[in-house]
Amino acid sequence: MNLFQDTLSMPREVMRRDRVFDFMIPADNPRLDISHNTILYLEDVSVSFDGFKAINDLNLYIDAGELRCIIGPNGAGKTTMMDIITGKTRPDTGTVYFGQRIDLLTLSEPEIANQGIGRKFQKPTVFENQSVLCNLELSMAGDKRVWPTFTARLSGEQRDRIGEVLESIGLTTERDLRAGALSHGQKQWLEIGMLLMQNPKLLLVDEPVAGMTHQEMDRTAELLRSLAGERSVVVVEHDMDFVRSIANRVTVLHQGSVLAEGSMEQVQNDPRVVEVYLGGDAC
Amino acid sequence: MFLKQILAGDRGGQTLLALLAVITVLVPILNLAVPEGSPLHLSTYTLTLTGKYLTYALLAVAVDLVWGYLGILSLGHAAFFALGGYAMGMYLMRQIGDRGVYGNPDLPDFMVFLDWQELPWFWYGFDQFWFAALMVMLVPGLVAFAFGWFAFRSRVTGVYLSIITQALTYALMLAFFRNEMGFGGNNGLTDFKEILGFNLQADTTRVALFVASAVALGLGYVACRAIVTSRLGRVSLAIRDAEARTRFIGYRVEHVKLAIFTFSAVLAGIAGALYVPQVGIINPGEFSPLNSIELVIWVAVGGRATLYGAVVGAILVNYAKTTFTGIMPEAWLFALGGLFVVVTLFLPRGVTGLLRRKEASA
Repeated sequence: MNLFQDTLSMPREVMRRDRVFDFMIPADNPRLDISHNTILYLEDVSVSFDGFKAINDLNLYIDAGELRCIIGPNGAGKTTMMDIITGKTRPDTGTVYFGQRIDLLTLSEPEIANQGIGRKFQKPTVFENQSVLCNLELSMAGDKRVWPTFTARLSGEQRDRIGEVLESIGLTTERDLRAGALSHGQKQWLEIGMLLMQNPKLLLVDEPVAGMTHQEMDRTAELLRSLAGERSVVVVEHDMDFVRSIANRVTVLHQGSVLAEGSMEQVQNDPRVVEVYLGGDAC
Repeated sequence: MFLKQILAGDRGGQTLLALLAVITVLVPILNLAVPEGSPLHLSTYTLTLTGKYLTYALLAVAVDLVWGYLGILSLGHAAFFALGGYAMGMYLMRQIGDRGVYGNPDLPDFMVFLDWQELPWFWYGFDQFWFAALMVMLVPGLVAFAFGWFAFRSRVTGVYLSIITQALTYALMLAFFRNEMGFGGNNGLTDFKEILGFNLQADTTRVALFVASAVALGLGYVACRAIVTSRLGRVSLAIRDAEARTRFIGYRVEHVKLAIFTFSAVLAGIAGALYVPQVGIINPGEFSPLNSIELVIWVAVGGRATLYGAVVGAILVNYAKTTFTGIMPEAWLFALGGLFVVVTLFLPRGVTGLLRRKEASA
């Protein structure tokens, strides 16, 4: 009798009607939660390539709406850090959260992009064979699966949005030009524009002013400053003048972990920073 | 309306479709209505040869779609062509019925010869045209899907992918050479009698097949053009030029590649199915890696990423091949190789690139 009941209890358990099976619950896709005013958490992150520790126990927090500059000597792990946030590289240990609830380590690159993290590469990469307009259209936030992409048409609203972005990156007159024909600085702006089309909450910008003239630099600084506030912007840059001109807070990376953090002045006067980095710059 | 939209600014495509429309009307008249002695008469030989070129052209369009627009250099597209051809060949084999040499109503001759007692399961259904027509698209499509699923997901790109596609077609060739596979071994499938009840040797059937090839090429062209002009087409250009960037703006690159690659394989399969009844044979030689490479040369000669250039290239190179192999068969491969070198060095945008340059400067 007992055995009989036992055997019955299993199907009963399976057939219970007040419960939903795990596999029936759609994958949890939490919305970005920044109620604690921090948009990005990197905690105890380490990654090594062939024994070389590119990132070593890195802890970094980015506030919502802030413009943060990250500096550091070559090989400090700045680009690797970006790779980890955008899903290109997986860390060996540590956690990376976007807002309170989105675990970036479980998502693929396109998923991370669609969650609202945009990335500008060190070398400007735009689609050179297509017009400026097409470049922006392709990057627009929206359904990016194969069939919806095939049937997609630009709506008036979307055209307006592209127009706005063209305005803010100053390429309105170049909209029908092939992206490959733009100057180096214009390509950088176009790439930033492409990020804006994605409506990101967090922008990662890798060396935006490399190879720019002074006027172009000033415009870029203005552009980046105007972007912060509504979204968070993280800028990795070598050019100290440029960093000084835009940043409220600066983080110094060295050998894969945070060496110092604070305002530009605090950081500049930190003896450790002077030793590893700014020391070279001063002379 | 739809046609107008997708052909806007595509001079070559407009010309191509107009030409196709003209020949689908004119060729049947010249062959069937004009009497044999007349200088205007089109011989059935020429008709079938041209029909064959049209199927090649469709195949070249399929290759240009993945190579020109998506940047995947497939050196195995002839495999999908041959798979479609085999599916059609199996239907044609079943149509022979008891008129084969051995007179067996159920088994094709080669099975009787191999002393097989019953039809293998994978031959079931091929006595029905609709089933065969379905398989013509399904088999190449599924093979391409399975292949692409693994290759694109593991992010195999560039020359490595090309080498794997070569291996794919080579492996299929070796498999189809085996008698135990049940596809006629190295003799392949041949001795076809009729299609849908019409005699394959009759001029009217030949004309119908020719017209079907022209229509298929036209529709295939329009379908590819529809893809290329859509946002999906621009995404594929983006993948070709900057794959990582495309991924970071949120597109699933491997899904786009898989969809377009599979579609292209289906087109190649249809081309193969129209090819087989016109030439009257399909054998494992069609899987030969050389075929796939030749096919890429057609596209290169015609001009990449134009679609109509692929048509021009396929017809031009094959016409040259027919002529050359008639005069000096042993020189053909040298001529082909020379052609490829010349095109790569001096005409990177192919023959149609010359026309476009004129257009641009005018």
